[in-house]
Amino acid sequence: MGIFKNITEISRMKSPWLLHFDCGSCNGCDIEVLACLTPVYDVERFGIIHVGNPKHADLLLVTGTVNHRNKKVLVNLHQQMPEPKIVVAIGACGLSGGIFREAYNVVGGVDQVIPVHVYVPGCPPKPEAIIDGVVLALKEFEAKNEKYGQGARGKRREANKEQEKS
Amino acid sequence: MIYKTALLIGALITAPFLGGLLMGLDRILTARLQSRIGPPLLQPFYDLIKLLRKEKMVVNVWQAFCVNCYVAAASISVGLFILGSDLLLILFIQAVGAIFLVVGALTSTSPYSQVGAHRELLQILSYEPLLILAIIGIYLETGSFKIEAVLDWEQPLLMRLPFLFLVTGYALLVKLRKSPVDLSTSHHAHQELVKGLTTDYSGPYLALIELGHWYEVVLFLGFCSLFWATSWIGMLIVALGLFLAEILVDNTTARLTWRWMLGSTWGLGLTLSLINLIWLFLRR
Ligand code: SF4
Repeated sequence: MGIFKNITEISRMKSPWLLHFDCGSCNGCDIEVLACLTPVYDVERFGIIHVGNPKHADLLLVTGTVNHRNKKVLVNLHQQMPEPKIVVAIGACGLSGGIFREAYNVVGGVDQVIPVHVYVPGCPPKPEAIIDGVVLALKEFEAKNEKYGQGARGKRREANKEQEKS
Repeated sequence: MIYKTALLIGALITAPFLGGLLMGLDRILTARLQSRIGPPLLQPFYDLIKLLRKEKMVVNVWQAFCVNCYVAAASISVGLFILGSDLLLILFIQAVGAIFLVVGALTSTSPYSQVGAHRELLQILSYEPLLILAIIGIYLETGSFKIEAVLDWEQPLLMRLPFLFLVTGYALLVKLRKSPVDLSTSHHAHQELVKGLTTDYSGPYLALIELGHWYEVVLFLGFCSLFWATSWIGMLIVALGLFLAEILVDNTTARLTWRWMLGSTWGLGLTLSLINLIWLFLRR
């Protein structure tokens, strides 16, 4: 069993497919996220693929502030991702609402709506910082692997129930 | 009997490994052509294992059923191929699997997978007639549909079926869903519509689709290698050369519309095949 678990763990670390959701950002952070895909940074070296589909994704990168309109979309996307999944919040806006914090329609950071595992500060953060954040998130997989290795569905039901309560 | 069973089991186990390695090679070469470094060679295996160990989520049970049928059909056709069976039979079994994939995508109500399914149907409609014509060409030359007969033929088929070989290469492009005909789904997907067929599949089921695709890659490259069946080296060179050519085409062209795909496969493909067939017939 041990060896299977190891192989799974290595595979998870080596093949994080990411979904990028622009949650009302000014586009500064989005451009930096997309810059990671260019030949200069070439994140595919680490097996990272930018998928446009929550059902294929392992990592959710969220840029920008959450507001009352798009928070439902964000929760929906997060629920559509199969376990194990990690959320990375990017930019001052994703962390706390940033310069839009005081606006009447803004809820605040991403962690107000869904659980966030890694925070990447900056306005906007450099592509290097984003890659750093993703690498940090991969370590999170190891911890999650313990939790979600078995009985993922039961865990998911629990998580959904908790989310409904709150 | 024992020899054949061993051969069958060996083929069923090695085919996905071969397919995965080829996909890894594809990704590295694609990255190099785009002046990137690209993922490691084993990347497709990492992806597959990760997907297999993800949570199971289906939109409806038929999806899971269809995916299993697809993989079963793909692996059965590889098995029949290695046993030297009938080419037409292999093609039909493979086609049944391909149809199951389409049905699986059609069972979901998501517009993306619906569009992808319709496009995949068009792709099947494009490459299947060409392959049948190629098999008919092989029959006219060797007098048999059996792979064993092709392997025993003492002259390379490529000499007599040059146009049919070209057409088969084109059919392979459609089958592998490479640009410019990556309509139904694509490995280089950045948008919803591009993922088409596989939009509603996730986790282990997506992995199974990938596995089936690897089987099919090996099957089709095997079929192409029959065109130089006089020596093992020749078979290898033909298959690998064709695969590299497909990667090159994939990276140098942009995706085109389904009208163009149908027009070019049926117009150009059928014409070239017919010319070759008529020539074969006259020389008999
Ligand atoms: S953190 Fe800065 S760059 Fe990023 S979305 Fe907010 S304002 Fe724009």
